[in-house]
Amino acid sequence: MFVRTILAALAVGLSVGAVIAQQDPVTTREDLMKANNKHALAVVRMMRGQAPFDATAVDAAFAQWADTAQKLPSLFPDNSKTGGDNRASPKIWLNKKDFDAKAAAFAKAVAENHDKAKSSLDGLRAAIPVVGKACDNCHEDYRLSKQ
Amino acid sequence: MIRRLILLAAIAAVLGLAAFWYLTAPASVPASALAAHTPDLANGKEMFYASGCASCHAVPKQPDKTRLGGGLALNSPFGTFYVPNISSDPKDGIGAWTDAQFITALTKGTSPEGEHYYPAFPYTSYQHIRFDDLRDLFAYLKTLPPVPGSVRDHDLPFPFNIRRTLGLWKLLFLDGKPLPPDPSRSAQWNRGAYLVNGPGHCTECHSPRNALGGVIASLRFTGGPSPDGQGGVPNITQYKLKSWSEADIAETLESGMTADADRVGGNMVEVVRNISQLTAADRMAIAAYIKSLPAVEGHKPPPKKPE
Repeated sequence: MFVRTILAALAVGLSVGAVIAQQDPVTTREDLMKANNKHALAVVRMMRGQAPFDATAVDAAFAQWADTAQKLPSLFPDNSKTGGDNRASPKIWLNKKDFDAKAAAFAKAVAENHDKAKSSLDGLRAAIPVVGKACDNCHEDYRLSKQ
Repeated sequence: MIRRLILLAAIAAVLGLAAFWYLTAPASVPASALAAHTPDLANGKEMFYASGCASCHAVPKQPDKTRLGGGLALNSPFGTFYVPNISSDPKDGIGAWTDAQFITALTKGTSPEGEHYYPAFPYTSYQHIRFDDLRDLFAYLKTLPPVPGSVRDHDLPFPFNIRRTLGLWKLLFLDGKPLPPDPSRSAQWNRGAYLVNGPGHCTECHSPRNALGGVIASLRFTGGPSPDGQGGVPNITQYKLKSWSEADIAETLESGMTADADRVGGNMVEVVRNISQLTAADRMAIAAYIKSLPAVEGHKPPPKKPE
């Protein structure tokens, strides 16, 4: 079980890391966010009763989110304010300390809710909204909404 | 000859000003129009969350959303608005207002001093709130703490700083028409239509506006640029929400999670903070109404400038 967790985390970390090594920060962070959503959808399907509860998949989701939180602060260099389809608000660079603090708070929420989420479907249902609110913490001020 | 022309011009100017003055006269609701009413504070609280008062009127940068001392700066294409104090303070807030004055403010956009409010205050939607609901809301607001201190004036360039001109704006965009229930629809749908078009004032963000800042009626709910210039507001007609069920929409309004496990962001996070406090039945009603909005494409977002 433990080994499976480590393998899952390694798999995520290595694949994302390999990708990051080759990409510009805008594409990297967009890919991270897309991967976050992919894992969120997998977990939400379990919560909606559309897929069976799978602790390994929960582990993979939390590994992905933890990886994102750790990488986020370094993915917004000054030369990455525009480009691609990115929705980074200019406020990030005006409030970088606050942004970094919110990324750290997200990392904390992910770490604190991992065990509860993988324990059972009820645990998952209790844990995921807390993680979701930690996503909102950044998205409210720092992600531009799309028309 | 010249003197006669000057005289005619002067008369025309005076007549023009008189017409302008007449056309822009602020309307009000007199106390005599109101029957006896016993306030329902539970309903008032529901209206408070449905209308989102705290999102603009709460003192910024502090966590207590019942402290409605105002002060938030709202950027717009017409300048910066500073949101006023609507706490129960009798001097700096609305604690000494009458029911008629409160109803006048929200349905006519007119202050107790007889001046027009700027439509940054969304009375174009609030005009649809029923008087009983407004009186319940007012009673609830007066139970919230008094916050001393009045807020600075708005910062608007000429000619937007001439309040009287809003009388013309209102002639164009404040129709004063009631929102009668649709008897061919369910009670739930009608409740949703009322919550969305009245207190919820969803169209105020989710619709594009013309150059004068009025909502383009035929494109209501099709989204547009964000009023504060940061990003865009999505289309919530069936053009965009076709794959969403009513349950999905109600879920989003409660938790902020979208049908495809994304999170709503920007100002919608604050909206969800309010709408999550409504009853589940009211959220389902809102969802039923939103799900029924016919698909309208609306304006395409402006193309991204090449790097």
